Amino acid sequence: METIAIPAINMSVIAPEMILSVVAMALLLINVFVKNEQKGYLGYLSIAGILVTLYSLTIGWGAPQDGFSGSVVQDNFAIFFKGIFLVSAAMSILITDQYLQREGCNQGEVYPLMLFATVGMMLMASGTDLMTIFLGLEVLSVSLYVLAGFNRGSIRSNEAGLKYFLLGAFSTGFLLYGMALTYGATGTTKVVKIAAAAQSGMVSSNLMLVAGMLLMATGFAFKVAAAPFHMWTPDVYEGAPTPITAFMSVGPKAAGFAAFLRVLLVALPVFKAEWSSLLWVLAVLTMTVGNITALYQQNIKRMLAYSSIAHAGYILVGFTAGNAVGTSGILFYMLSYAFMNIGAFAVIILVGKKGEENNNLADYAGFGYKHPALGVAMCVFLFSLAGIPPAAGFVGKFYLFSGAIQAGYIWLAIIGVLNSAASVYYYLRVMIYMYFKEPTEDFNWVRLSPAFIICLIIAIAGVMIPGVVPGTILELAQKAILM
Amino acid sequence: MLDNVWLIPLFPLIGFLINGLFGKKIKNEGVIGGIGTLAIFCSFLVSCGILMQLVGLPAEQRVFEKVIFPWIHAGNFKADMAFLVDPLSAVMIMVVTGVGTLIHLYSIGYMHGEEGFYRFFAYLNLFCMSMLLLVLGANMLVMFIGWEGVGLCSYLLIGYYFEKKSAGDAAKKAFVMNRVGDFGFLIGLFTLFWWFGSNHNIWTINFMEIKAASHLLPYGGVVTVATLCFFLGATGKSAQIPLYTWLPDAMEGPTPVSALIHAATMVTAGVYMIGRMSFVFIKAPETMMVVAVVGAATALFAATIGTAQNDIKRVLAYSTVSQLGFMFIAMGVGAFTGGIFHLMTHAFFKACMFLGSGSVIHAMHHALHHGHLHDDPQDMRNMGGLRKAMPITFLTFFVSTFAIAGIPPLSGFFSKDEILWQAFSNPYHGDLNKVVWALGCIAACFTAFYMFRLVFMTFFGECRINPKVKDHLHESPLVITIPLMVLGVLAAVGGFIGVPKLIGILPNYFEHWLEPVFELANEYGKQYAHMHEHSHSLEWGLMGLSVVIAAIGIFIAFTMYMANKSLPEKFTSAFPGLYRAVYNKWYIDELYDFVFVNPCKSLGNLLWKGFDVVIVDGVVNGVAKLVMAFSAGLKGLQSGYVHNYAMGMALGVVVIIAFYVFR
Amino acid sequence: MLGAYLPIIVLLVVAACFGLGSVVVSSLVGQKKLSPVKLQPYECGCEPVGSAQERFSIKFYLIAMLFILFDIECVFLYPWAVLFKRLGVFGLIEMGVFVVILFVGYIYVWKKGALEWE
Repeated sequence: METIAIPAINMSVIAPEMILSVVAMALLLINVFVKNEQKGYLGYLSIAGILVTLYSLTIGWGAPQDGFSGSVVQDNFAIFFKGIFLVSAAMSILITDQYLQREGCNQGEVYPLMLFATVGMMLMASGTDLMTIFLGLEVLSVSLYVLAGFNRGSIRSNEAGLKYFLLGAFSTGFLLYGMALTYGATGTTKVVKIAAAAQSGMVSSNLMLVAGMLLMATGFAFKVAAAPFHMWTPDVYEGAPTPITAFMSVGPKAAGFAAFLRVLLVALPVFKAEWSSLLWVLAVLTMTVGNITALYQQNIKRMLAYSSIAHAGYILVGFTAGNAVGTSGILFYMLSYAFMNIGAFAVIILVGKKGEENNNLADYAGFGYKHPALGVAMCVFLFSLAGIPPAAGFVGKFYLFSGAIQAGYIWLAIIGVLNSAASVYYYLRVMIYMYFKEPTEDFNWVRLSPAFIICLIIAIAGVMIPGVVPGTILELAQKAILM
Repeated sequence: MLDNVWLIPLFPLIGFLINGLFGKKIKNEGVIGGIGTLAIFCSFLVSCGILMQLVGLPAEQRVFEKVIFPWIHAGNFKADMAFLVDPLSAVMIMVVTGVGTLIHLYSIGYMHGEEGFYRFFAYLNLFCMSMLLLVLGANMLVMFIGWEGVGLCSYLLIGYYFEKKSAGDAAKKAFVMNRVGDFGFLIGLFTLFWWFGSNHNIWTINFMEIKAASHLLPYGGVVTVATLCFFLGATGKSAQIPLYTWLPDAMEGPTPVSALIHAATMVTAGVYMIGRMSFVFIKAPETMMVVAVVGAATALFAATIGTAQNDIKRVLAYSTVSQLGFMFIAMGVGAFTGGIFHLMTHAFFKACMFLGSGSVIHAMHHALHHGHLHDDPQDMRNMGGLRKAMPITFLTFFVSTFAIAGIPPLSGFFSKDEILWQAFSNPYHGDLNKVVWALGCIAACFTAFYMFRLVFMTFFGECRINPKVKDHLHESPLVITIPLMVLGVLAAVGGFIGVPKLIGILPNYFEHWLEPVFELANEYGKQYAHMHEHSHSLEWGLMGLSVVIAAIGIFIAFTMYMANKSLPEKFTSAFPGLYRAVYNKWYIDELYDFVFVNPCKSLGNLLWKGFDVVIVDGVVNGVAKLVMAFSAGLKGLQSGYVHNYAMGMALGVVVIIAFYVFR
Repeated sequence: MLGAYLPIIVLLVVAACFGLGSVVVSSLVGQKKLSPVKLQPYECGCEPVGSAQERFSIKFYLIAMLFILFDIECVFLYPWAVLFKRLGVFGLIEMGVFVVILFVGYIYVWKKGALEWE
């Protein structure tokens, strides 16, 4: 009886994912054996796990290798994105414990779930097979559905979880259908082979392949919250526990873009004309809808949800360009976005009260005077989100838009800049409340724990250093593009 | 050591961060002042090390560029955070850190008990960092950051007593005038960048790269435009005509600030900048001429105003403007070494005098405070005879005054004489040289006059302070007098490193040291120079003349303020109009108000009420309303029902697919 | 191209016809002698207690879900058992990892008290 030949596996490719999974499972086990008051330590354990994973990632930088017969790859692109995921996960975890204690739902499962979600994201960034990408996406999504509804006592959180689940399942359908069509047209699910087939015209039907591509695009567009597939975002972001919102608004979006980029740039460069025109429209719609709707929001979490839609739009601008500058701009921007957005959410958590109260703009009146350091930190994040130099947001936007200009999409860049100008209004409005309105509260409940201080320092450094000195990060981003 | 050049601006930055962030909590003045002083002292030590190492290298290898980190790379544009160490910047860092250290030390005593002590030291450190960036910057952008940084710190420090309206106004004035100059700097930068890029595909703002490519630059033309723009920047920062009026007002700041920023370092940035780009400036003969003439005019003009001021710091301020004029004369006639030399000696004696005046004001303030009097502690009419009460202050001040007046063998003599001689003899501007030289000589005479007027009014004669508090006048503490003594010694002997060849008792180290920096500029200058040989006897004669001129100034001052004290009164009553004009600074501020400020204000008002409110606001508000309406509409789409969202998504998919299928 | 899918379509049609057909035919052809006993819900021969249309405790669902999870483990174990020898050591390790992962889940479920009825 002969043995079945096992294909080349090369475990080292997924070593970071395995480490993180093992840590997550260990945490799951530890969780059931410790008392409720000690659950905060799980957060620190998971951060330790993340740091180990991060270290194991850096080893692979500059030496791409693939495994599982070409289903996953560990290249610079994947590593850069995984860095973003891990950093954003660590920062989100730092701000989780205090929030959960306040809301009275400090169940330890939140940490393993966040780690599992991160594993899913990492698989998405590494996946070079549509199936791997889908698997990663599902691991991520399922964890996120649970996380969004994590605060079981809160109706809003439950609503967020359920809505996200329903719409997510719906969009997954599109994505999977697109993958199926692509498979049908090319006979393979490996991105490289799809590219080869599309290049040589060895496809059963071009229309089928294009339709597959479009459906996959809609699936990814849902994940990154691009209009018109963005509608879930405000409701889910608002309802989900705030640290989870911070987590959701960065990592999964980056993961969506990672997979999106790999599928379109590696598998389907032949249809660049088609997909870039689609992305053009999506970018304009997303930026405009995000920014304009944000203007009207009174709830700051909801405002940041729309702002995150708008930011997906900016990133789509760089994606539409599809050139080296635009792509490295995406990587740079995603990283800076992680810092500025999570930083902003951290401040929101601090200002908030039990039961998700105190999240309205008016509640920020005079905050800048009562807590000068936090006020300045918030200003830094908002300036960066608005794209005002010398924050990282400015540099990132600069590269995204200059990528578009280099690729000849002048109008797209102009619309982007206009949108960015409009966005200044709602970001600065927060500052107006913080500094130009008389305080109505004394904000004495704002308690800065060491974890928050660490998170905020990391965030400020992550916003200011690449903003003032973009060179180093940009060089890394340029080495990590898929070209 | 050269590799560690980045440490030099880093120390003050650390000092700034510590004092700025935690100063309020530290509270202890000794600790705060110690940190601030230590920071800049560390920079001084590193600078010394770098100087030593440079000295050890052969002359042609004394250029070193250190890239700290890649900064901005965007298309053709490339700017690194990089530092340039060469003999010129070595001189500058020595001056900035050396004088800076002394002034920091002095400030511990002078600012004692001030509210916001930590703020003062934080700003002072920040200033030092910016100034070091300015002089070390290997490209124009780094230099510009420093340029803007020192402007900002100057603004913050002039407005240090921000509860005083005059201080706030002075700070604003300084800032706005500097901005006018900065605008020129930027345009000059863009012009050079654009010209090199579009004509020779050399996209650079790096000094050394520009230097290497400078043979491509034409004489005149675009270079004139660029250099004139740069010079506009220099007039703003270095307080030359027409942008000088902010400097006297800047005396609202604490006296150490006046000494460090508004005498020794920041205001010389314009001179340094021309020196740094000498190989560009020399290619624009017209600009050189403008620089020389503006310098000469400023030197004389400011000196005349200095003769009639009664505020001790204001006299020194006008003196600074005037001395900066001398430096620009030097730059304009191509005597780059002379200009930098005067920059250095001026830093010594003027810092010493400012600190000395601070010591006097300090003593006056305490005495008056003791007697609950509200006399102006800065008004020289309230002083007199202070030499007995404050011997150290007097002595150092006296030495510095001799130095600025140009009495040999003090430092000012060598540097000023070199400038005047080169103005007379340099081959670039033909007969105009003689005019510039003549103006310089008259200004030198005035300098000697008003400086000795100041000394006589302050330190000699009988004490005019209210007799009640006379006994409370004391010499300042050691922390104040030690910097005075060090600077006094430097003011006395600092000139010996640049003894002219003519005298020849010592080699001219300074010229030799800076030779490699300005070699190329001198080379280019030969293209249009009309060489004349001047005899040694002429040079000796002129040197003698400049001493005689100074002596005349001193003599007049002595007659008017020591021997025959009724003379000034008689003089003012004989020429009341002239006196009033000089006293009121030739009404330049009023003229500026009339010509620039008021029309700008009325235009601004007109634009605000007519154009802005109606048209701009109308359009903006209209757009905003439209957008808000749109926003409200979009918000309506967000119903909260999952089935609506799903419907939206499905519709989106259908539209997208349909578009590509039926295209 | 779509010709390859023809058998599936045929199967689909046949299945639909069979399903629908049997219901239709039995309602047309079958005898209808109704009695109260016959109309009662069938509960394994026991007497029905109460109404059948009531809400079930969520615990049923929980148990059902857990059952499915661990059922899949068994489903996966079967083919592995069949090919055990051909998959060799690698297969053993792989299955070991799989079982361990599920075991972690099992412990979690157990300690959380999901297996206890009350």
